[in-house]
Amino acid sequence: MERFAQLFSALDATTRTGEKTAALAAYFREAPEPDRLWTVALLSGRRPKRAVTATRLAEWAADRAGLPGWLFDESYAVTGDLAETIALILPPAGAPQARSLSDWIGLILTLSAQAEPERRAAVLAAWDALDGTERFLFNKLITGGFRMGVARGLMVRALAQATGIEEPDLAHRLMGDWTPERTTWAGLILTNDPGADLTRPYPFCLAHPLEAEPATLGDPSDWAADWKWDGIRGQAVLRGGRFSLWSRGEDLVTDRFPELAELADRLPQGTVVDGEILAFRDGRPLPFAALQTRIGRKTVTKKQLAEAPVVLMAYDLLEAEGRDLRGEPFDTRRAGLEALAAAMPGGTPFRLSPLIPFADWPALAAARAGAAGEAAEGVMVKRRGSPYHTGRKRGDWWKWKLDPMSFDAVMVYAQAGHGRRANLYTDFTFALWDGDVLVPVTKAYSGLTDAEFNEITAWVRRHTLERFGPVRRVAPDLVFEIAFEGIQESSRHKSGIALRFPRMARWRRDKPAAEADTIDTARDLLRARGP
Amino acid sequence: MPFAQSAGKRPPITWACDQILCNRDQYRPPSGRRAPPSLPATGPYLLRMAREPVLSFTDRGIYCAAGDFHIDPWRPVDRAIVTHAHSDHARSGMRRYLATPRTIAAMRHRLGPIAAEPLPHGEARRIGGATVSLHPAGHVPGSAQVRVEVGGEVWVVSGDYKTVPDGLSEPFEPVPCHAFISECTFGLPVFRWAPEAEIRADLNRWWAECAASGRTALVGAYSLGKAQRILAALDPSVGPILTHGAVEAMTEVLRGEGLALPATEHLVPGMTAKTHPGAILVAPPSALGSPWARRFGPVSDAFASGWMRLRGIRRRRAVDRGFVMSDHADWEGLTTAIRATGAERVFVTHGYTAPFRRWLEDQGYDAGIVTTDWQGDEAEETEVTE
Repeated sequence: MERFAQLFSALDATTRTGEKTAALAAYFREAPEPDRLWTVALLSGRRPKRAVTATRLAEWAADRAGLPGWLFDESYAVTGDLAETIALILPPAGAPQARSLSDWIGLILTLSAQAEPERRAAVLAAWDALDGTERFLFNKLITGGFRMGVARGLMVRALAQATGIEEPDLAHRLMGDWTPERTTWAGLILTNDPGADLTRPYPFCLAHPLEAEPATLGDPSDWAADWKWDGIRGQAVLRGGRFSLWSRGEDLVTDRFPELAELADRLPQGTVVDGEILAFRDGRPLPFAALQTRIGRKTVTKKQLAEAPVVLMAYDLLEAEGRDLRGEPFDTRRAGLEALAAAMPGGTPFRLSPLIPFADWPALAAARAGAAGEAAEGVMVKRRGSPYHTGRKRGDWWKWKLDPMSFDAVMVYAQAGHGRRANLYTDFTFALWDGDVLVPVTKAYSGLTDAEFNEITAWVRRHTLERFGPVRRVAPDLVFEIAFEGIQESSRHKSGIALRFPRMARWRRDKPAAEADTIDTARDLLRARGP
Repeated sequence: MPFAQSAGKRPPITWACDQILCNRDQYRPPSGRRAPPSLPATGPYLLRMAREPVLSFTDRGIYCAAGDFHIDPWRPVDRAIVTHAHSDHARSGMRRYLATPRTIAAMRHRLGPIAAEPLPHGEARRIGGATVSLHPAGHVPGSAQVRVEVGGEVWVVSGDYKTVPDGLSEPFEPVPCHAFISECTFGLPVFRWAPEAEIRADLNRWWAECAASGRTALVGAYSLGKAQRILAALDPSVGPILTHGAVEAMTEVLRGEGLALPATEHLVPGMTAKTHPGAILVAPPSALGSPWARRFGPVSDAFASGWMRLRGIRRRRAVDRGFVMSDHADWEGLTTAIRATGAERVFVTHGYTAPFRRWLEDQGYDAGIVTTDWQGDEAEETEVTE
């Protein structure tokens, strides 16, 4: 575990990707093979299942440290991290043990089968055997919420540096349904033949946001465009009679969307289609909120199936007749996809994402402006001659989203943040005027600089009107421009509206609170841009 | 309005009962609490009295009516007793100051000419109806707790303090008292400091690693206290020790006050990683990531603060290394120090006041919160640029 903790600290201490990659590559060369394999698993989201509930862990830790529960909670509120809180409040290890990462994970995997007293004893013994970062990491593993701030592409690059295998090949080997318990380092990384696995998806091609003017892309005839759908990115794989549906987070989601199983009978064998899993009814996509009712549900009720049925909105063809098409130009793949769609009988939950015709960039800009009418978030722009890349490569796929909506709102409540924002006021509630009353409409906690948060923190301390536990009601003086991607009606909010991805676009120091926007501004946006 | 922020439902002053006069021998502490270990030995001991409290909390600072002076005031007053020379405790604009000689030296350096009277640690001074003495707080060199005795009743203002010796500041001494006014910057049990020897070893190991990899070590530390503590911790055999102007000047002041510190060189233009290979730079935190640091060559930067105990704040600071090194007491230090005073009444001033007060109350103390202008929880985060 010491070597793994060293890796974690190195990754945690830097934001430079070069340094992160080097630290990971060194680890992939030096660490014991089972530990490397588990590290790849952890970095690709394959975590041990949560073995003990957070409540139990907090109880045991507070008990061991001799602290009342409320004081544990206060500490947790400051660190914002259960694993860290526990690691910090426990006394130093009494009986340190040097065991490997995979060894500790092995212990964690046995916990769920144990009765609670044995489980508790095992966890307390581990706490007494580990110190500092190692104890924190053990807690992260046991709570099942492990993230190391390493993007997938970065891990693959480090693996490529450590093994000499090409990145796209490695990315493909790491896809699909594997766990460290059923494979080995050699089997997964070194000798793996990705084609041998019938269910294995391809690494997704990801787009960059288009920030410059589209004219910078050059000749419009080199480009194709389609809508940017607001669903879940998915890949449908049919090989040798086995149908699997993968989400971008690489979860096998076949069983969550049973209506798509019909594609097993409609697609030819040896086909892989890339597209969007989209809630779709009466010839029209439903808002993302409808799809949300389906996410995270392993079993689907009849009611859900009726209210939020899904389709696969297909936009790329990655494999046909068992042949990998990713190296072919977009136009060729598109032609294959269109032929496939044409052969599909009506009523199949499979739709072809239509190309948006445009003669010049202003025409595409005009189409994009109407994206909300298509229930889309904007448009995708793809180079006609480009291959299907692995991961996020700049230059061939662009997402050109609608400009966010915004209004100017007044800060009315402030709350201290967690983790890296502990001891700063960063979580704010904003209100709009309804007559001479301020109605809270949204919370936001991102978009400002550290210097601005420092300044606001000092301001909040001096302008608190009331405290409710960790929340402070502040003088309604500060105005912020709130930007957001979506707006819809909500019966759960007092204001009657809910925003998607709200954030602070800027601090309107120039605006007195009286000149902030009214609730009617929000209602107008709801009419114009709502679902 | 004294005790404006006193927490809890109880009226702010609970002793407005009949005078109780007793000799020290007859004093019986309330059940469950020990008597203060060494209260004034002679004369009748006034335990509870209907009169002005020894200290009260005003919008200028902590005030002693019997002696007509303030402690660490934040607005101009006639007479200020100052616990230590950090800028949130030692402000300009007071007519007269009273502090330890080292604190006065540091204050003169920061504030310019001031009328100040030295009072060495442990010496008592009669001021009006009060007897005042200063006792080591272990926070920074010269720092003091202020003990105020009026008519046999003893109150102590802690200032900022730490209980573990740093090898430089006069070590903290518990002062028995009836009422203790304590900081609690790090008043949560997640804060626990490693022994000084361990921190020193880590620091020197990091410096040696930097030197070996051709990078200059740059450590951010406040120019009064933390910087000298780091200097004292460094192993000069690793390489040259260079200082930022603000650190150099304050270090020189403290050398003049008799502190033994390793030789340092003031970093001036023209000095680079080439002329001074394997060097460590000690600078105020504001110099981290600044052009001043970049001019020297490739650096690996570190920050030394109690806040480095928290991963989130380490990440926000975005330095290569965070050393958990604080001049404030950790949880254990705070609770031990408070217990050692034998005080029944405790007021907490800055830091995690709400949970800490509640914990003290659970432990049977009569505990309140006092709002001051001392920064405490932010002091380590945002040092004034000098």
